[in-house]
Amino acid sequence: MEDRGQTAKFHIPNSTFHTRTVFAIGKKLLRDLWGMRGQALAIAVVIVSGVAMFIAALGTMDALTRSQRSFYENARFGEAFASLKRAPTDVERRLQALEGVATVQTRVIADARLDLAAFDEPITGQLLSLPERGQPALNRLVVREGRLPRRGTETVASEAFAEAHDLHPGDKVTAIINGRHRSLTIVGVVLSPEYVYQIQPGGFFPTPERFGVLWVPRATLGAAYGMEGAFNSASFTFTAGANPQNVLDRVDEVLAPYGGRDAYLREDQVSHRYLTEELKQLEQLATTMPVTFLAVAAFLLNVVIGRLIRTQREVIATLKAFGYSDWAVGRHYVGMVLVIVAIGAVGGTALGTWLGRLLSQMYLQFYKFPELHYSLGIETVVVSVGVTALAVLGGTLYAVWQAVSLRPAQAMQPEPPATYRETIVERLGLKALFDQPTRMILRHLERRPLKALLSMLGIAASIAILMTSTFFADAVDYMIDVQFNRAQRQDLTVTFTGPTSDEALYELKSLRGVTTAEPFRSVPARFRHEHRQYRTGIEGLSPHPVLRRPLTDDLEPVPLSAEGVVLSDYIADVLAVERGDTLTVEVLEGTRPTRKIRVAGRTKQFIGVGTYMQIDALNRLVREGGALSGAYLALDPRYEEETISALTRRPGVASVQLQQRAVQSLLDTMGETVLTFTFVMALFAGAIAFGVIYNAARIALSERARELASLRILGFSQGEIGYVLLGELALLTLLAIPVGFAMGYGLCYGTAVGAQTELFRIPLVLERRTYALSALVVLIAGLASGVVVWRRLGNLNLVDVLKTRE
Amino acid sequence: MRNIFQDVLGGDTAPVDALDIDLRSVEMGDVVFETQGVTKVYEMGETQVHALRGIDLELHAGEMVVMLGPSGSGKSTLLNIIGGLDTATEGTVHYRGWDLTRADEAQLTLYRRFHVGFIFQFYNLIPSLTAEENVAIVTEIARDPMEPRAALDLVGLADRADHFPAELSGGQQQRVAIARAVAKRPSVLLCDEPTGALDSDTGVIVLDVLQTINDELGTTTAIITHNQVVSKMAQRVIHLSDGRVSEIEEIAEQVSARELAW
Repeated sequence: MEDRGQTAKFHIPNSTFHTRTVFAIGKKLLRDLWGMRGQALAIAVVIVSGVAMFIAALGTMDALTRSQRSFYENARFGEAFASLKRAPTDVERRLQALEGVATVQTRVIADARLDLAAFDEPITGQLLSLPERGQPALNRLVVREGRLPRRGTETVASEAFAEAHDLHPGDKVTAIINGRHRSLTIVGVVLSPEYVYQIQPGGFFPTPERFGVLWVPRATLGAAYGMEGAFNSASFTFTAGANPQNVLDRVDEVLAPYGGRDAYLREDQVSHRYLTEELKQLEQLATTMPVTFLAVAAFLLNVVIGRLIRTQREVIATLKAFGYSDWAVGRHYVGMVLVIVAIGAVGGTALGTWLGRLLSQMYLQFYKFPELHYSLGIETVVVSVGVTALAVLGGTLYAVWQAVSLRPAQAMQPEPPATYRETIVERLGLKALFDQPTRMILRHLERRPLKALLSMLGIAASIAILMTSTFFADAVDYMIDVQFNRAQRQDLTVTFTGPTSDEALYELKSLRGVTTAEPFRSVPARFRHEHRQYRTGIEGLSPHPVLRRPLTDDLEPVPLSAEGVVLSDYIADVLAVERGDTLTVEVLEGTRPTRKIRVAGRTKQFIGVGTYMQIDALNRLVREGGALSGAYLALDPRYEEETISALTRRPGVASVQLQQRAVQSLLDTMGETVLTFTFVMALFAGAIAFGVIYNAARIALSERARELASLRILGFSQGEIGYVLLGELALLTLLAIPVGFAMGYGLCYGTAVGAQTELFRIPLVLERRTYALSALVVLIAGLASGVVVWRRLGNLNLVDVLKTRE
Repeated sequence: MRNIFQDVLGGDTAPVDALDIDLRSVEMGDVVFETQGVTKVYEMGETQVHALRGIDLELHAGEMVVMLGPSGSGKSTLLNIIGGLDTATEGTVHYRGWDLTRADEAQLTLYRRFHVGFIFQFYNLIPSLTAEENVAIVTEIARDPMEPRAALDLVGLADRADHFPAELSGGQQQRVAIARAVAKRPSVLLCDEPTGALDSDTGVIVLDVLQTINDELGTTTAIITHNQVVSKMAQRVIHLSDGRVSEIEEIAEQVSARELAW
């Protein structure tokens, strides 16, 4: 053969020779690939999983961020906001004249109750004024359906609200403003940059069924709300280079005589703040998870490809003996793995793009953007495919280099007989416990501890990513349980139109069907500690609440002391205060007193943030005796509807929120998203686990085929040699389970800590089923691989073994 | 422990009643193997390769036979069929009256386990087991085997019992393989080019061991080789060429293995 190759080289023109060799070796490449199609496919699946996950998550993140940016720009979303009691329209000119202010838009915002013929439950509404003609200068609306109002009886509704009630142009809605009913005709459905995340004041979740935003012409709203020729809200943009804080101070100065209350920046605007927090959290998840996936996939590929190439050692030597250069051999194998990488990359990119689009669409249920700017980020593809390709090529080149660096004659021999020794367990005197096949397993593992460790870590890593993927469902369940079964146990929350005397509480208690009523008082405030500050609300509660209870870390009610404030852990951390420290609190309402207050404790809160005091202490702080903002009620289910309708009819009641129901519908949607995400991740993690274990088994089989066939010849049954081969895999898998649990715990911990935001602190809750499920998936993957390999053991060629060298 | 694995994993536990023969009741000179018209045809794509074209022969208890022939003569194929590693296309092979050609996979496994000792050109030791353990892996599944140490003693390697294959020379490895083959007290030893990978001096030592075992234990021994010299130690030499028995030569005066050289 060698001779013929030599002759060919001399007689055939160089170029032809080259083409022909490429052709032949190319055929070999395709046939080799086909020969190992099972393994190649398993590797491609791992690549698909890693790449798809990466592209989907980052694509979603990118799409949401870009959709947000584009919406804000096109709609001219305000950079600062101020609310006040009432200022005449000409004050707008003074605001406009302030240094640093680019554009001012004043308007009227009114709280209202909404009434829809087809919906029995109470709806809280927010009405915003629109200029008589055209769009406002800032916070423009995007009309999704119909048109903007032209007459006083016309209105446009926010899309979230319209969708929740299937409202379209032509439908009617009744707004109850200051006790007066006003029938409005919906002429359009709109989106606003101020309500991308449409949540009720004081709420944590969007509740589109029970919170509606309507825009009406300014004259109509002014007349209804007693704001003719006046405004109670303003929005601004800054000139380039302006110092926002200085501008806000000047705005406050101008508005102070009109009840101006602490102008704030966009970052404190409710929708934007929550959106930012959620995107931050999503970004955490969209980076840590896929990066972990990709890293695990890359690591596994590196190991698997390396081992795969090592089984080709003799072929490599033969190619070299034929006169192929190291470079040509290397290129051949690189070509081979690149085909696998290409299949994985194309599949992963396609799947990832599709999934990213799907996930982004799901997020649009919560975030109301006019359009989704989804595009396949070239960088994302390049990064994910690049990382995978590098890992694969690294493994390939290292293994090829090891093979080509030997002289062909040496490499054509199989690797020198492996040197084994007794394992530690045996040397400890436990040798007698093991029969020969078991000793073979143990020694084989111990001889190449690094390889065994890597295989084990690979399996453990798939357990870890499986755990992370199911962890979210547990965490969300737990959060909800704690929040709504332990911390907020009221059936409904009644909010009054303004601070009300505590007689109202007795009135509520006397209603039929009300079993418990607890007062609350909420006051906007700013806390300061050293250079840190935090703007939030203080909630005054009764001294021994049963319904609304701040909880300790152990989920026991935190006692509210007669003085002092209890902070939710997030705020306490932001302000860096501990129990016993003293804070400065600046009340942002009424006479706006500034006081020192002691931190009386911390409370565990997974959803949202809050600060809590005894209601009497809070009233003393703001110098108002016996006032309440609303009450938490527990209801007798038999009289629920009656009680609700009685409450909604009362003029002093601004809103009635049904706790459970409001949250339920949201959680259903959210649960769906989480479950979809989780399912996809679990699927990928499962695929990775299978890819790894299957390849480990196949490679072990090709490495040990000769040994196993020898045992078959000596009279061992297929079952007995199966034990030798699969026992090793089983042992590695069993060892990997606890290691995987530990890695998974760490990964979940990292994710939970990383994803902490103002809105959510994901609790590190790992249910037993999470452990069980991940172990189960890996065991199934192991079992399936075992079955495949087992069937191959039946086809071992015993005769070949006699005639081949080791 | 072995029993557990045998029960759990050993799919081949169906007893082969026909094979439950008390080996020690066999008398010297009885027919151990009898082949009739054994042919073997390999399908190689479009073409057929006739490896064996009708082999009729007998092997007798306690005898030492050398099967001699060039490569491609079919000697390995014949050994594989006798050893239960391959099946004949046509013809019958009887082992002690039991028809090997009609045995299923499980029965062949038990046949190899209890009745046949194999010795290979490349030793085929398990690298992760010591010399003694390489013997033990077979005695653990055999009925009434020798002690592994005793088997190693027989091949003169008792002092190397704790060495791993990588720590032994080629000749020593082959002697361990012989110990492994004889430890189960097989009724037949099938040796496929046992000296093929060894130099002359070492080969002679290995052949000497085989001869000693044949003398002392009376194990039927079939050696296939293309080395003419080896045939001098046999009682009978079966010449194979082109898939047929071309000649059966009875050797009157056997030469001691120690006197061989090539």
